Amino acid sequence: MGEKSKAEKHISRREVEHVAWLARIELSEEEKKLYTQQFNQILAYFSKLAELDTEEVPPELHVVSLVNVYRDDKVEKPLSRGEALKNAPKKREEYFEAPKIL
Amino acid sequence: MAGLFELPAWEAARHIRGGELLAEEYVSCFLERMEKLDGRVKAYITVVREEALKQARLVDEKVKAGARLGRLAGVPVAVKDNICTSGIRTTCASRMLENFVPPYDATVVERLKAEDAVILGKTNMDEFAMGTSTETSYFGPTKNPWNLERVPGGSSGGSAAAVAAGMAPLSLGSDTGGSIRCPASFCGVVGLKPTYGLVSRYGLIAYANSLEQIGPIAFNTRDCSLLLSVIAGRDLRDSTTLSVEAGSYDGALGGDLKGFKVGLVKELMGEGTHPAVVEALQRFAGKLEELGAWIGKVSLPILEYALPAYYIIAMSEASSNLARYDGIRYGFRAEGEGLDWSREFSVTRSLGFGSEVKRRIILGTYALSAGYYDRFFLKAVKVATMIRRSLTESFKKFSLLLAPTMPLPPFRLGEKISDPLALYMCDIDTVPVNLAGVPAISVPCGFHEGLPLGAQLIAPPLGEGRLLKAAEAYEKAAPEMFKRPPLG
Repeated sequence: MGEKSKAEKHISRREVEHVAWLARIELSEEEKKLYTQQFNQILAYFSKLAELDTEEVPPELHVVSLVNVYRDDKVEKPLSRGEALKNAPKKREEYFEAPKIL
Repeated sequence: MAGLFELPAWEAARHIRGGELLAEEYVSCFLERMEKLDGRVKAYITVVREEALKQARLVDEKVKAGARLGRLAGVPVAVKDNICTSGIRTTCASRMLENFVPPYDATVVERLKAEDAVILGKTNMDEFAMGTSTETSYFGPTKNPWNLERVPGGSSGGSAAAVAAGMAPLSLGSDTGGSIRCPASFCGVVGLKPTYGLVSRYGLIAYANSLEQIGPIAFNTRDCSLLLSVIAGRDLRDSTTLSVEAGSYDGALGGDLKGFKVGLVKELMGEGTHPAVVEALQRFAGKLEELGAWIGKVSLPILEYALPAYYIIAMSEASSNLARYDGIRYGFRAEGEGLDWSREFSVTRSLGFGSEVKRRIILGTYALSAGYYDRFFLKAVKVATMIRRSLTESFKKFSLLLAPTMPLPPFRLGEKISDPLALYMCDIDTVPVNLAGVPAISVPCGFHEGLPLGAQLIAPPLGEGRLLKAAEAYEKAAPEMFKRPPLG
């Protein structure tokens, strides 16, 4: 990742740009600068977790364990095409209009 | 004489069912309060005045016709703006969803309607529920009804402020890391975060699925109990709901607290806690003791790691959940011709999301990305396991745990918003509850320079009855803590 200045100990400006691109969020120059500084502060604080030994601890996500939950496979009333399209910012006839792919 | 708006909701519903009070009159009194006060407080994003009056008149007609009415007959409810309401704009306080009108009701909203409640409007919040002060709303901040220069807490700030200011008798909030309890504490009302899985999340716009729950905010404990009774219970559309029978928590209320063992959590009353909060909490504990409870101390050192674990998990889940906002099926879409697919998404998301939402999505993406997953996300989930185990262990000895809801009184608008980490730190006492999936309630327990303070009681899974019983016993013993702000 190249050399990092002291203020960029955890994440560099280039990494911020890269991750923001992965998240599909375009950042202004000002945001890049601000986020790099803030992320370094926040990640320094998050790194506190490294103090803990979690080798033997399982990652459990739920407080009450649930096994598979099933419901009857019966047809319910779906949204009509009109309802589904109602909130689309761009539509043409009965379709959503997406950005150009090719 | 007290105004009609001060009549407890459970009592109002009874009078409306009995034909002694018109729903229209009851609903109108809140609409009038709103007209008078909400220009200053800004608790609501959307008010559905005509529809609310229409629903109220329908309730009155049903009563006249001798029909059997529901538990919330004619009671208006304010709903946080991240809970879908069919035909009523649901914005998440974001430009991204500024014009989004859901084609369906969240399960909790269906349940309100099934009990003849009246939807009054949608309340302001931090954008996508990400915040502790309701300052990140695209529509501007809500003010604390106790002091208009202070924050109401967040993220359900509008829901708590509306109830405190008498602009709704009941409201729904959502709590991912304290978003019901924090504003309840800052606004001097009662707010309950249910056990994970007790209340359906169907129709709640997702932020961090494994942590969040919808819950009730009310001015008194009995109303809080009533609203929880209505929304709780299994829902096949949310496969994480627990198979518990929907019932009523009212049976849990009443009597003293003999046999209750309450543990004051040492780590949640540490150095960073404001002295006024510590003092109020000690008086609160003293009151519980007078009511027959035994008060002890408990040390849970692992809680020191709760805040970073919480933020890593919440941000990671947020980055995944909010990936859906691409401006195609719904939501904001940036104008722009000839942009390619990825670029158009990036610009749409850049303009549609506010600063804090972007911060969390990007950090969450980072915490989940190759090379950092083990160090951040996986580690945080393991720490959550440790926290849950530690709480489970403590509940072998204690029936309830006690801590402040917030480490400080309501702070000034603008005071912390430019320092994200400082703002995150305010959640230190509330996040362990979400990581453990257990229920907790915030109860008004004192004032500091005219600003409300809150006590937080924490119970083992499905211990809501216990929380409500203790809160109600306290409310009866210390009614002076349950006051209205001097708003005129």
